[in-house]
Formats: sequence, C-alpha cells, structure tokens
Amino acid sequence: MLKDSDRIFTNIYGWADAGLKGAKKRGDWSDTEKLLKLGHDEIVERMKASGLRGRGGAGFPTGLKWSFMPKEVRGRPHYLVVNADESEPGTCKDRDIIRNEPHKLLEGCVVAGFAMRAHVAYIYIRGEFVNEARRLQAAIDEAYDAGLLGKDASKSGWDFDIYLHRGAGAYICGEETALLESLEGKKGQPRLKPPFPAGVGLYGCPTTVNNVESIAVAPTILRRGADWFASLGKENNSGTKLFCISGHVNKPCNVEEEMGVPLRDLLEKHAGGVRGGWDNLLAVIPGGSSTPLMPRAVCDDITMDFDALREAGTGLGTAGIIVMDRSTDIVKAIARLSYFYKHESCGQCTPCREGTGWMWRMMERLVRGEAEPYEIDTLEQLTRQIEGHTICALGDAAAWPIQGLIKHFRPEIERRIAARHSVDAVNAAE
Amino acid sequence: MLKLTVNDIEVEVEEGSTVLHACEAANVEIPRFCYHDKLSIAGNCRMCLVDMERAPKPIASCAMPAGEGMVIRTDTDRVKKAREGVMEFLLINHPLDCPICDQGGECDLQDQAMGYGLDCSRFDENKRAVENKHMGPLISTTMTRCIHCTRCVRFATEVAGVTELGAIGRGESVEITTYLEKALASELSANIIDLCPVGALTSKPYAFSARPWELNKTESIDVMDALGSNIRIDARGAQVMRVLPRLNEDINEEWISDKTRYAVDGLRRQRLDQPYIRGRDGRLAPATWDEAFKVIAAKLKRAKPSTMAALAGDQIDAEAMFALKTLFCKLGSGNLDCRQDGAKVGGPRAGYLFNSTIAGIDQADALLIIGSNPRVEAAVMNARIRRNWLATGMPVGVVGPIADLTYDATFLGDDPTVLVELLSGKHKFVGKLKKAKRPMIIVGMGALARPDGATLLGHAREIAEMYGVVSKNWNGFNVLHLAASRVAGLDIGFLPEKSGLDVDAMYKAAEADKLDLVWLLGADEADMTRLKNAFIVYQGHHGDNGAHHADVVLPGAAYTEKDGIYLNTEGRVQYANRAAFPPGQAREDWAILRAFAGVLGINIGFDSLDELREILFRAVPHFASRDIIKPAKWVKFGSRAKIKPNEITAAVGNFYMTCPISRASETMAECVRAMDIDQAKAAE
Repeated sequence: MLKDSDRIFTNIYGWADAGLKGAKKRGDWSDTEKLLKLGHDEIVERMKASGLRGRGGAGFPTGLKWSFMPKEVRGRPHYLVVNADESEPGTCKDRDIIRNEPHKLLEGCVVAGFAMRAHVAYIYIRGEFVNEARRLQAAIDEAYDAGLLGKDASKSGWDFDIYLHRGAGAYICGEETALLESLEGKKGQPRLKPPFPAGVGLYGCPTTVNNVESIAVAPTILRRGADWFASLGKENNSGTKLFCISGHVNKPCNVEEEMGVPLRDLLEKHAGGVRGGWDNLLAVIPGGSSTPLMPRAVCDDITMDFDALREAGTGLGTAGIIVMDRSTDIVKAIARLSYFYKHESCGQCTPCREGTGWMWRMMERLVRGEAEPYEIDTLEQLTRQIEGHTICALGDAAAWPIQGLIKHFRPEIERRIAARHSVDAVNAAE
Repeated sequence: MLKLTVNDIEVEVEEGSTVLHACEAANVEIPRFCYHDKLSIAGNCRMCLVDMERAPKPIASCAMPAGEGMVIRTDTDRVKKAREGVMEFLLINHPLDCPICDQGGECDLQDQAMGYGLDCSRFDENKRAVENKHMGPLISTTMTRCIHCTRCVRFATEVAGVTELGAIGRGESVEITTYLEKALASELSANIIDLCPVGALTSKPYAFSARPWELNKTESIDVMDALGSNIRIDARGAQVMRVLPRLNEDINEEWISDKTRYAVDGLRRQRLDQPYIRGRDGRLAPATWDEAFKVIAAKLKRAKPSTMAALAGDQIDAEAMFALKTLFCKLGSGNLDCRQDGAKVGGPRAGYLFNSTIAGIDQADALLIIGSNPRVEAAVMNARIRRNWLATGMPVGVVGPIADLTYDATFLGDDPTVLVELLSGKHKFVGKLKKAKRPMIIVGMGALARPDGATLLGHAREIAEMYGVVSKNWNGFNVLHLAASRVAGLDIGFLPEKSGLDVDAMYKAAEADKLDLVWLLGADEADMTRLKNAFIVYQGHHGDNGAHHADVVLPGAAYTEKDGIYLNTEGRVQYANRAAFPPGQAREDWAILRAFAGVLGINIGFDSLDELREILFRAVPHFASRDIIKPAKWVKFGSRAKIKPNEITAAVGNFYMTCPISRASETMAECVRAMDIDQAKAAE
C-alpha cells in the first residue's frame, strides 16, 4: 500500500481547504520559480526520467510528448491545452482534482507550459462540470490575484495565462484533436493525424494536449525528484495513479495508489470489497468503459498497470474501475455501453458512424436472445471492421467492450439465444 | 522527389504528395469517396485504406503524406478486408433504389460496391431514413442515399464561398443540410451534383429523363460567358439533355457555372426553325429559304454599300463572323461591328486580352478590379480568385459598385475618377499594388462598355505600367469579356473598316434614316428601337430581341448544333463540336451565308466548313493552333482624355439571363424566382 508520505494528491477528498491558502499549506506554489529555473529542456528531461505515462488513457510517456514541441518559438506561439473533458464512463478522477486540488493543476500548467515554451494554457472543461468550472475559475482568479499567473507568473520572469473554456457536453471532444476543433469554435470532430498537434495544433500552432492528472502531478514530481516518482510502481509503469472505483463495491471511491497495485488489494483495502464478497464478483472493467472487461478469474491476480492489463487483453485506460457482481446482466451492461458509443459517435467517418448503430442494435437483440448463434460471430467481425479503421480512437473504444464480452461471456449469449429459441418453438407448437 | 514502393513497384512523386498520389503513379487504383483532387482532404470515408510498412493499423492513403522510402501495399488481405468492411458499412443504410436513382450507371458507390464490396448483406436491422432537403431549383435531394463524404460541404465553403451547406447532428444522425431550407446562393451550386459520389444530390431539371448509357457525349466549348469553359454535351437524338464540365486546368478546372449547365433547356424553346418574312400586316410570316433570300437580295440591290451594316452577336463562332465579313467586303461595305454593347475595345491585342491567362490568377499577389463583378461575369474564374485570396490573403480592390464577391475586397467607389487618384499615387490602395510582386488588373465591361470606355482603358493601362503590373515575365493586365465571340471577332477584325460605322454610328445613321439594311448575326443585345428605321435581317437561333424586330428571319444553329472556333477572353483558341442538329429548316450559320452569297451571285471563296477554315487560317493564322494563346505585345492603347465622373454600373444585372438561350430557359427562370423568394424572405 502507498505510504501517505508518497501521496501527491493529499486533499483529493476535499477534507482541507481547496483554496490557495490551503494549497500553499500542502506545498503547492511553494517554489514555482525555482522549478522554472531548471530551464525548459531540463524540466522535460526530468519528466522523461520520472517515467510518467499520460493519465488520459493511452499511456503515452508525458515527458516524451513534451519533447515533441519545437525547441524554438518561430513565428507561431506554442500552446498548452489541458484536457478536462473527462467523460469516460466510470472515470471521475479529474473531477476531484479540479474540485479539491485545483492549484496542483494550475501550477502544473505553469511548469508544463514553461517547459514547452508556451505562454498560454487553455483548460477545456467538460460542459456538465458546472460547479467544477466555477471552482476552477475561482482558483484561477485567486492565482492571478496572488501574482502566480499572468505577467511574470510566480516571479519567474515567464508570462503565463490560463483560460478556462467550457465544452458543450460531447464525449468526442475529449479526443485531443476534436477538443482543439471545439476550442477553435468548430464542430467537435477529430482531425486527421499527421499532422500531429505538436506541429500543427490549436489555430495551427504547436500545441500539446495533456490530461488533467498528468499536468497536476508534474510540479510534485519535479519537487520530489524524478527518482522518487520512478521508484514507485513497476518498471515502465512508474509512479502513483488515481483509481476511480465504482459499481458493486461496498465503498466506491477515488484513491491514489501505486501503479501495479493488485486489483484485489485495491478493491478490498480501499473500496470495502466487492458487494457480497470476492466470490460474488462477475467481471471488472479496469480502465473506463472503453476497455474490455475481465472475468473474475483474471481479476484474482491482475495488477493495475498499463503492461499487465494489456497482456490480459484489456487496458489501464483512465483507471476507471467498474466492478460488476453476479447480479449484473452483463450483456445488457455492455449493450448500454454500445448505446453510449452510438450516441457519442461524431459521425465523421464511416465505420464508426454506421457501425456503432448496427452493433448497438445487435446487442439489444442479444440481450433478449433474439438472434441466431452465427450472429455472435457477425458481431465480432463487425467490431474488427471498426477497430483500427477510424480517424480517432472512438471506433476502437466502441469495439473493445463488445470484444471483451464475446471473448469471456460467449456461453451466456448462446444460452440466451437457445432459451429464446425454445420459447419460440413452444409458442409455434401451440 | 520522393521514392516509394507500392506493391513492389518503385515510384517517384513530388514532395507534398500523398500516398494516394503515389499509388496512382504506380497505376494502382485506390477506391475513394470523400477524396477529391480539388477539395481539402477530409479522410472520412475510410475507403482508401492501405497498408504501410511498420504501421500497426491501415492508413488512409488520401491523407497520409508520402514519405521517402515508404513501403505501401494495397493487395494484402487486411486491405481487402478493410475495403469490404467500409463498403458494407456504407451500404447498410443506403437504400436499394438504384433502379429509380438518377445516379445509376455513373455512381461511385455502385461501381465500387461491384469492385470492392461483398456480394450479400448481413444487415438485418431497419435502415435509416433521412428527410429530403430543399436546395433550390437545380438540386434534387434524396438524403437517405447520402454517405456523408462532405464533398458538397467542402465545395460550398471552399470553392463557392457560401457557408450555407453543412452537416448537423452526430453519429448516425448526421445530416447534410442547407440549415434554413434555402436555395444555395451560388453561381456554382450545381457542381455539387457532379461531386456527389452517390445519388443524394442529383440534377432536378434532368430528373428521370435519361440514363447515362443512352446519351451521345460530345466534347465542346461553352459560350455562356467569355471563359470558354470546357464542357461535355450529352444529347439523346436531337435533344441536348445536359451539359457537364470537362477537366481543363487552365480554364475551368472541373467546374462550370449553373448557367452553363442549365441554360440548355432554353435550346428547346423559342427556336427559329424556319425563315420568316415580315408581311405588310407587320407580322412575321413563315417563308421558304428562297423567298427569304430573294427579299434580302432585292433590298440589297437597291441599297448603297455604305448604308449596309452588320452586327455580330455574343455567341457566334468565328467562322460565321468571318463568312459575314467576307460577304460584306465583297458587297463593298465596311460597316461591321462585333461589339453590340458598344464596348470600347479593339486595337492592339494586349488591350483586349486576359493577358495573364486565367491560370495566372494563381500567381497574382494583388488585384485591382475595374468595372467588373467576376462572380456573375465569370463565376468559375471568380472561384480561382477566391482560392488565391484564401491561400494568400491577396488584397483585392474594386472600382465599381459594391457586391458580394465571396472574398474580402476593398471597394474604392464607383466613381471612375478614382483611377486618376490611383495614377497620382494618392490613393490608399496604391500601397498594396506597389508592395505586390505580381499585381493584376482586371478591367470589365462595366468600365469599357460606356462612352468614355477608351479613356478608362487608357487609365488602366497607365496604372498597369506605373505599378509593375506589366514587367519582363509578368503581364497582369487583363480584360474580362462577357461575350464568347468577342475576342475572335476582334482578332478577325469584325470591326468598322476605315470610315466605316461602328455600332453607335449605326444607331445614329439609322435614326437619321441613312441606314438601309442591318444584318444581325445572332445579335440580340443591340438597341433595336434605335435601329427600327433600317431593314433588319436577323440570323440566329432564338425568337428573342433580334427576331422580334427583324424584317427577315434566317434560322441559324445554336452553339451545340455546329462545329465552331471560339476564342475565350484570354485569346485561347478552342474548337466546339456539334452535339445535335439544328431544328427544322435551321442551318449552320456559315452555310446560310454561303447560300445567300450564291443567290447574290457572289463568289465567296468556300463551299465547305473546311474550305472556310482554310481561308480563315490564312487571314488569321493563330486560329489554327488549337488550345494555344498567341501572346500579345505590350504597346500603347486606350485614350488619355478626361474621365467623365458618371458612376460605373454593373455590366451584368441578372446572372441567370444574359443571352437568348438563357432567357428562353425555364430552369433559369426558376432560379431567378427562387433567388427572389429567398431574398424576400431574408428581407423579412
């Protein structure tokens, strides 16, 4: 278990003052100008050395991402964009950071922005986060008033501005390029890559888009040293991470833990265990709704990190853990996720636009068993036809939950089809 | 140059090319729906997926920049599967109504489904249905068929410069719409019909009238404006069914204006299909060719050559003008004019050509428009100006009335004396011209077709010389004509001979009763009321203005019904081809003139079109070089007299009705009505 002294988010539950005074007490903003004295490239190097992997879902090394920004500002300004459009079902970590640790995020913006030679950061916050947006704006105002932001931010000699932008409630705007489109005032539809945002991003300028958590942990990593962060967790999966545990556990919660913590420990020590005991566990979705589920057998000894979960055929994603006990109608649960992806598809490219609706309709029939057994294979093939063929990752995200279901719960689907057929046969006989 | 390997074939492509270009260079066909050469890349149909070495996923070849040493495969199982998958997805919500769809036979979806799709459907759910949208009198919509490639949206926003087309909704509820159910307010709107890869947007006037395989396709030249857009005329039997654009990068690229496309239904109405003679009762009565010729011959015999005149119209081929000029020369009359609008052009060629060429617009970095509204006078060319403006932010100044040109322009006022200010260097816009390396001037008929046109032309020339519009390897001085026949007429010299009458002098002579006979060769825009004292022979194809005032009507052929040479505003020589025969007793114009010469007993020197052309080429050799522009030498032209401060007015009031054909067109009338309705609604 993670020692309290190693926690980054010491006020994630909001027990203490979330304002500037409280944040300063917890060490935020204590020596920001000293951190900036390290220099642009040194900060990036240290972030690289820390082994921090992006906390938004894809797990791309954060320091490496920062290093893609041009080393000189030529004509076009650089931008830092913080993705606070947290909409992945099962994920609620950024929300608590913004509520209770907003100054960690703001200080992170200054440090990250400085590292990538940006003078401006945009925080794109999910439209539904009304109170969070208010709190964050209050925190920004506080920081401006204290001279931590704005001209000569934190007396570092570096001008830095932060703008908060509220989204309008589209899941797709959490995709980094769709977010940029939305931020520019256009329809939120993902862009083609290449060019990547580090070359051509917001308003055509070099831009880096980072998750809230990735940015919020940066100052602490720099303060306590890359070695400290790298010493936590597992190799290639270092540091701590906020896990969001929801579903059929006794005490759903957000908790900061070391990467690579066993899932069972996480559930039992922090979330009060699975409702009705470990044996009552049916399946777990480990990383937000888009990652394939794991049946109980896998859950027994899986560790929560990028590599182990990938090996298990799923992913860490945002670490939004959705726990389902044996009372769950697993087919219906996944059908609901299919509906979500159908509803949130932006409609730009063919496989996702047409495929998500088709998959959802098939899933709805499978819930009731109104299908032929071969249609399970058809559905499986459909997911493969979408996966990897779309502009953004939403296509994959729509395909994976169904792939996970068919992989692990095919007998259950077949049982329903058989049951339905026998009912039909009886009705026909009558 | 970049070297790539496509299916083991090594190809070289230019920097900035895409993988799709590389595949094409290797002669490997890549299916696509959303990609179009002339539009921005959307990459949304996902049909062009190919395999790239070391890429974990197939890549969209249309959007991926080609890179040195890339290894591309399009023949792998994964690519085949990907194409089948995309095809299946495109078809699940596409209705199976090919038998009643106008796109049938020329449908990308049909063709590619045959080439790359599966032979059966696995889709058991209900299909999506989408409400049709109103897009005006030209575009018929069946939105259920839409595959959301967004070509139409991209065309409207990028090329046409109207933002009234877009996609609303999300996921499978995405719909392409005009938002407010308005007609698309663009002169280029119908190009989206060609762009639509399926039958979602089809041609409304042409709906359900023919199948592509029934049509005879003839490559020809458009005469609705002076651009000489390259077109394909599709005819069934004697009837022209539709006009489509042909690719010509130097002129119209892939676009044509709505008038070019749709005025052709005017070819079926108001046609002159037999000769007429005005009787004693003042009415035109049908007659035979012999009778008509005899009446004119009798009139000619009594008239002195100096009291005969000929006016050539705006859509006449060079051969007919040359034949009429030859005839009048033989008769001894030098009263010829091909400028029925009274435009003060003529003289040195550089003074009446679009010297930079149309493609030269792409290189310009500042533009001064004098007395022209390219949007309605040369809609396709206007799209080129807009493209340059979009890409480079080229400054555009306009001397003339304020109009929406689809790009930002500084309106310097409609008082022509602003030209004097520009010359003196006092005007603000001068700075923009001075800064430019390749400044351009476009002078339109709004400036030239007025009594002091020559003066305005002279001032424009001086401005050109002062601000480097004409330099060693750049000539940005351009005249934009409105009439398709004008440059050929000027090159041939269909102009008053020494002491001959020009059009204004003809009017005056007629009013003074000193003009016995006027021969109108397709001239309908002249002021007929001023000519009414003369005996008017009208040779043309429509019962329009000219025929209404004529004493003898000789039925001629429209541009789709004859082979002919046209020179566009650049002076580019282009050959039009016959797609159908003229109706009834109507004949090709050169043949009518040859026959009439025979009646007069004059040897006009040719018996066939080929012979006529031979003589023509001897007189003006450059007419023989197809698709070539004979460059013009820069010399002094125009007048230095004082400019009259009368305001410059628009040369074209109504885009949809500018010639006998478009005035006879029902479709054009529909367009005018639709625009009026939309404007009235907007005013509310």
